[in-house]
Amino acid sequence: MHDLHVVDLSRLQFALTALYHYLFVPLTLGLSFLLAAMETVYVTTGKEIYREITQFWSKLFLINFALGVATGLTMEFEFGTNWSFYSSFVGDIFGAPLAIEGLMAFFMEATFVGLMTFGWARLRPGQHLAVTYLVALGSNLSALWILIANSFMQMPHGAHFNPATMRMELSSFTDLIFSPDAQAKFVHTSIAGYVTAAVFVAGVSAWYLLKRRHMDLARRSFRMAVLFGVLATAGVITLGDALGFVGAQAQPTKLAAMEGLWKTEQAPMPFNLIAFPSQQEQANHGAIQVPYVLSLLVTHSLTGAVPGIDQLEQRATARIRDGIPAVTALQALSAKPGDADALAQFQAHEQDLGYGFLVQRYAPDVSKATGAQIATAARDAIPQVAPVFWSFRVMVVLGLAMLAYFVLAVIYTMRNRVERKRWFLRLAVWMIPVPFLANEAGWLVAELGRQPWTVYGVLPTWMSASTHSVGYMVFSLAGFAALYTTFIVVEMYLMVRTIRRGPDEHAGTASNDTLLADRMAGYAEG
Amino acid sequence: MELYAILQCAWWLLLGVLLLGLAVMVGMDMGVGSILRYVGRTDAERRVALNIVGPHWDGNQVWFVLGGGAVFAAFPLIYATAFSGFYVVMLLLLWSMILRPLGFEYRSKLSSAAWRNVWDWALLVSGLVPMVVFGAAIGNLFHGVPFHFSWNLTSTYTGSFLGLFNPFAILCGLLSLSLSVFMGAVTVMNGATDVIHERARTLARAGAALAIVLFAAGGFWVHGMTGYVRVAGPGAGVAQTPLQQQVMLGAGAWLANFHAHPLLWALPGVGFAGMLLGLAVAGARRSHLAWWLGALAWLGVLGTAGAALFPFLLPSSSVPAQSLTVWNASSSRLTLTWMLGFTAVFVPLVIWYTSWAFYVMRGKVSAADVVANEHAY
Repeated sequence: MHDLHVVDLSRLQFALTALYHYLFVPLTLGLSFLLAAMETVYVTTGKEIYREITQFWSKLFLINFALGVATGLTMEFEFGTNWSFYSSFVGDIFGAPLAIEGLMAFFMEATFVGLMTFGWARLRPGQHLAVTYLVALGSNLSALWILIANSFMQMPHGAHFNPATMRMELSSFTDLIFSPDAQAKFVHTSIAGYVTAAVFVAGVSAWYLLKRRHMDLARRSFRMAVLFGVLATAGVITLGDALGFVGAQAQPTKLAAMEGLWKTEQAPMPFNLIAFPSQQEQANHGAIQVPYVLSLLVTHSLTGAVPGIDQLEQRATARIRDGIPAVTALQALSAKPGDADALAQFQAHEQDLGYGFLVQRYAPDVSKATGAQIATAARDAIPQVAPVFWSFRVMVVLGLAMLAYFVLAVIYTMRNRVERKRWFLRLAVWMIPVPFLANEAGWLVAELGRQPWTVYGVLPTWMSASTHSVGYMVFSLAGFAALYTTFIVVEMYLMVRTIRRGPDEHAGTASNDTLLADRMAGYAEG
Repeated sequence: MELYAILQCAWWLLLGVLLLGLAVMVGMDMGVGSILRYVGRTDAERRVALNIVGPHWDGNQVWFVLGGGAVFAAFPLIYATAFSGFYVVMLLLLWSMILRPLGFEYRSKLSSAAWRNVWDWALLVSGLVPMVVFGAAIGNLFHGVPFHFSWNLTSTYTGSFLGLFNPFAILCGLLSLSLSVFMGAVTVMNGATDVIHERARTLARAGAALAIVLFAAGGFWVHGMTGYVRVAGPGAGVAQTPLQQQVMLGAGAWLANFHAHPLLWALPGVGFAGMLLGLAVAGARRSHLAWWLGALAWLGVLGTAGAALFPFLLPSSSVPAQSLTVWNASSSRLTLTWMLGFTAVFVPLVIWYTSWAFYVMRGKVSAADVVANEHAY
């Protein structure tokens, strides 16, 4: 039997390590393509400054990349170490995209990143450019396979339960990889990475412009980043909308939590701009609503309605009642494999097996589950509303803020006014943390909104965890906390230091005004 | 033979290939980490050693990631049971391994001697600990591990952390470490000259000599060890759970496959040949050939272990009947088929571009090169 403290601690550990890993991944996704774009300009125009630009940003890329790789190892381990039932129950499906990620994407990224770093003197410019593109392609393909795996958890496609092996098994590989959730989420997430890189490059460049250092490099980098950023931000928002549209059908409970939708209402439905949802009272406090907007956003029409939490709980209750015979049939099949009666009973209730597991948390012998236990389990079927509601709003507001910032940046750049707008350059520096926060908020919406399931509607979170002791979990949490805190301090220190030092000017290729400005900045600083 | 059974056997072999890739490619880099402080006495010398594997360690590490991913995809019950059962050991392995990317990438960013010294220790730990754990994990398979399943296949591990470090497991861990030291040392020999080359040569010979002794001792040990035998239950190619078989224990049972198929004795033969010739060839400074002989030694060692255990993957010492085998722990036919397709296309591709990367970066690394290249580690 599962110790529920261990489940909570396992969730905490997974969330912390995944959120931490996800600080580094988006920058890798985006910066790898920005590097490829910069180097393309170098190879096609032959201007040395672009080689210098590429090499400078690749230094920062590598500092970030190392920690992304290191913390990615944790993710590879953690399914097995902490979510062992999850791993054996859906490993037949979920393991495949993870293995293919290694085979097709990570090998490419990791092998060529070595050549990208060490190969400048040994490769012809065209060859090196190809290597840089392969790094970008590898990292983005890696995201694709990870998100295909994640989409299976969000919207299980192409799988069925096999009573002979007591686990979920693949029924269609193409259904798995062409899941609509995977498509929308991959584009949304990878482009969010491009936004992250654009804000980062623009912010660091703005800092140089403010300090009047490395002006040529900073000006050109800023321009490329801004162009990249405005397109990417528009893309993220469009795809975010598409993802919401897909998700609304696949996970009505997540949608209801995102919108704080306790009661089912008639279309056209109002949108809660701000509200303070209370799980206990099943109501919002201090809601500020905008009429019509929810129907428009979610169903792309004025007549579409969305089920509220009251209705979703009723549906869950019915499905739990139907899932109970599925669980009892499975227990019979485990004791006596191939039993015809049990198999027939199982097949009649198979689609609600996961809901049967949901009540097993309260009634280990599900056949004796009481009405009260079923009601509690049905209430569990709704995620915690407030964190999902607020994470969603934080993500959207930050996304819109970045769009406004990039539009303004494009206008100023086109009018050649950026360097005179010192307030805007300062703003650009302060924008650097914004995409990182938005990315984290997005992860929270997707994963907290999926609760109480690890695989939506199929496998509850409470069953998925490994059967460890609390002591083991405290040990591992403490270890991760100590290591990861040290790592981030070291990483931030090296990042800031490398940025402060700026590009290597000893190559003798920098323009004179940059060198002069540099020297002056050097004197000014002491 | 049923197609599913063929797929299961194919994936058992492929798992061996991937573990071999892990042992050879990751083992070589970890060996360099383990011997870094010895082959390099000065900072410049250590940087030479680091930059020999510098362009490749990240790509090589993917063999490890892929090994984990392939176990997950092809034998999910093994991945789930072993990773959660070996929790503390897995965390030590993980924590030591995640120091490595940072060690390579961050070590030479600052010139402070204390900073570099800390990272040199980190690289040593992250080279040594994972190789010992890798070997010890394989060693534990021979004794079996205490775990059992509930009706729905929730696994529970009932052993202790220290129980995983029994004498035979430690022997296997040391064998794995010596082979990795050998591979790391011949890699350093291949890329370095003069004093670094000479120190690496000493270590390569020590690594090979120790490996020969440990491999022989391990063989005698297994000879008298209690092994596992499947006596009843659904066979190959039948969808099943680990709750449906009967398993007996028998002294010397791990040699049953060798008695049934004497050709298998070639595997330990290959292992010894790789080590003995590797010892001689490294002594003769033919480092490139010595590297290939080291890979051959790994093939022999892992092949011997796999052949002895087959069809067992993870025997249960507390409930032997619930031992995990190739037949009851594998993925479904469809998953194995798709994965085989991807592997058949991508593993040759990976080997091809990895070889190209080594070809591009071929030649000796000198202290002057390291200082001149601002991208060097």
